[in-house]
Amino acid sequence: MIEIEQGAGRRPQVVRASRAKLAWLQFRRNRAGLLGLGIICGFLVIGLLAPVIAPHDPYEVDFERSLQRPVSGSPFGRDELGRDMLSRVIYGARISMMIGVIAVVIGVSMGVPLGALSGYYGGLPDLLTQRVVDVMLAFPGVLLAIVIVAVLGVGLPQAMIAIGIVSIPVYARLVRGQTLSLRAQEFVEAARAMGAGVGRIVFRHILPNTLAVVIVQSTLQVASAILTAAALGFLGLGAQPPTAEWGAMLSGARQYLRLAPHAVTFPGLAIMTTVLGFNLLGDGIRDALDPKMRL
Amino acid sequence: MWSYIAKRLLLAVPVIIGVAFIVFAMVRLIPGDPAMVIAGQAATPEYIAAIREDMGLDRPLLVQFGLYFKNLAVGDLGRSIRSKAPVTEEIWARLPNTFRLATASMLVAASVGVGAGIVSAIRPYSLLDAAVMVAALAGLSMPIFWSGLMMILVFSVILGWFPAFGTGSLAHLVLPSVTLGMTSAAIIARMTRSSMLEVLRTDYIRTARAKGQVERVVIGSHAFRNALIPVITVIGLQTGTLLSGAVLTESVFAWPGVGRLLVEGILTRDYPVVQGSVLVVAFVFVFVNLAVDILYAVADPRIHYT
Repeated sequence: MIEIEQGAGRRPQVVRASRAKLAWLQFRRNRAGLLGLGIICGFLVIGLLAPVIAPHDPYEVDFERSLQRPVSGSPFGRDELGRDMLSRVIYGARISMMIGVIAVVIGVSMGVPLGALSGYYGGLPDLLTQRVVDVMLAFPGVLLAIVIVAVLGVGLPQAMIAIGIVSIPVYARLVRGQTLSLRAQEFVEAARAMGAGVGRIVFRHILPNTLAVVIVQSTLQVASAILTAAALGFLGLGAQPPTAEWGAMLSGARQYLRLAPHAVTFPGLAIMTTVLGFNLLGDGIRDALDPKMRL
Repeated sequence: MWSYIAKRLLLAVPVIIGVAFIVFAMVRLIPGDPAMVIAGQAATPEYIAAIREDMGLDRPLLVQFGLYFKNLAVGDLGRSIRSKAPVTEEIWARLPNTFRLATASMLVAASVGVGAGIVSAIRPYSLLDAAVMVAALAGLSMPIFWSGLMMILVFSVILGWFPAFGTGSLAHLVLPSVTLGMTSAAIIARMTRSSMLEVLRTDYIRTARAKGQVERVVIGSHAFRNALIPVITVIGLQTGTLLSGAVLTESVFAWPGVGRLLVEGILTRDYPVVQGSVLVVAFVFVFVNLAVDILYAVADPRIHYT
């Protein structure tokens, strides 16, 4: 856990570095991870600046230019209602980033405490929680999200909540496993001996130590949230037309696959690139935080 | 080992009951009156009352719950609101299609994934390895419904090699199964590569090479067999990916499977159909996972289960 700092004209000096800084130093050398970070930052900026950089209004209908192929004024072409695809893809970045973040916030805020308390207490509460987690994980992938949407009704906010709920058991199981091994360690013992209560032990001593795996999982979870949201939008269960959401855009354009391949190509490329960014970043962070890989 | 199998079977029971309970609660949790939601806004009060009675929604909750489990036990999933046919029949008619798609996809995923993983591991950090790993990561990041549309565009619209929609011939199966298998192939390739690389570092591989064993045997027999166990685990875990992917793939390729039945059910508010198909897909998932776990116990004599 040391870093060598170059002092001007002096001998290298050994200083202590924080864990985050060490992880960053490690991560910085991972080109794929940096590429991922770059992609995500790019899409974040695009999403934030959408009103400024979009060349057209993403909701402006122009039937005369329906399904127009890419031209210099609209390089991604136009969709079935003559709306500018580039502007719609740019606005879509906004929605997809938001979905990813909200879903992960729901998953982390519910799943992490649930997993930590379940693992710390053990016994009956643990058993019950884990059976509920079992049942939730018994629905493969997008299916549980579909079930929840069937209850809440179709729409973007409902889809976000559904995707968030789906990620709760993932965090609960992950953090529970970590807690089980942490709870047996000496520093937790020491905290208990000094009279710390359950809340303090779990939230001050155990949870910070699970942060690394939670961060890695969250990065990958954003990727899967964006994919699931797009899937729901595509099936007509998520964002509804005319919302400029990538999945919903694909759903509208798919009937014109023959006439206007561009309307199908670009939203999908946007989804793939964003998800790829988060996957690369997740892999990079995992490598950086993995103690076995550390110098 | 028998006690392990018995234990796993017993542990599956609460999961199955839980799944059945969630599906039961699903319709009852719909905000407002589910019968009204199902009937739509323009429905007459008589029609709404008929649906309510038909689904047993007019009875006390506890009675509904009992009836639901009683019917479930004899395989009665109710009747479709749209077609009036028993849901069980509709699902039975579609299930073989979903299994056919899933099996073909699994074959694609396992052969492409394992093959690509080995090729990558033989020359790690080479250009070929980098290409395979980039392709795998791209495969992981691609939305399955989009790759399906792109497949249709390239191989059906432009090249005209395969039909884009429907079932019937083996040619109909090609595009959907490749689409569905791609994500899993990517995951399997990554796992095969890392597992192979780990094994290739071991002493017995060095011994095999030192004694002059030809490389083909070292890779194919010594390394691959030992690298296979985590790979099989991952292949087993892919059933979930395949089942949920089937919902999307079937929608893209108009494949008449259970996944499409489910989506149509939700869009037309045909809740008995939704309940039935969710239940069937989740049950299949639980049982396949169970079967995979039990197969390990049978297949790998080194692992002891208690």
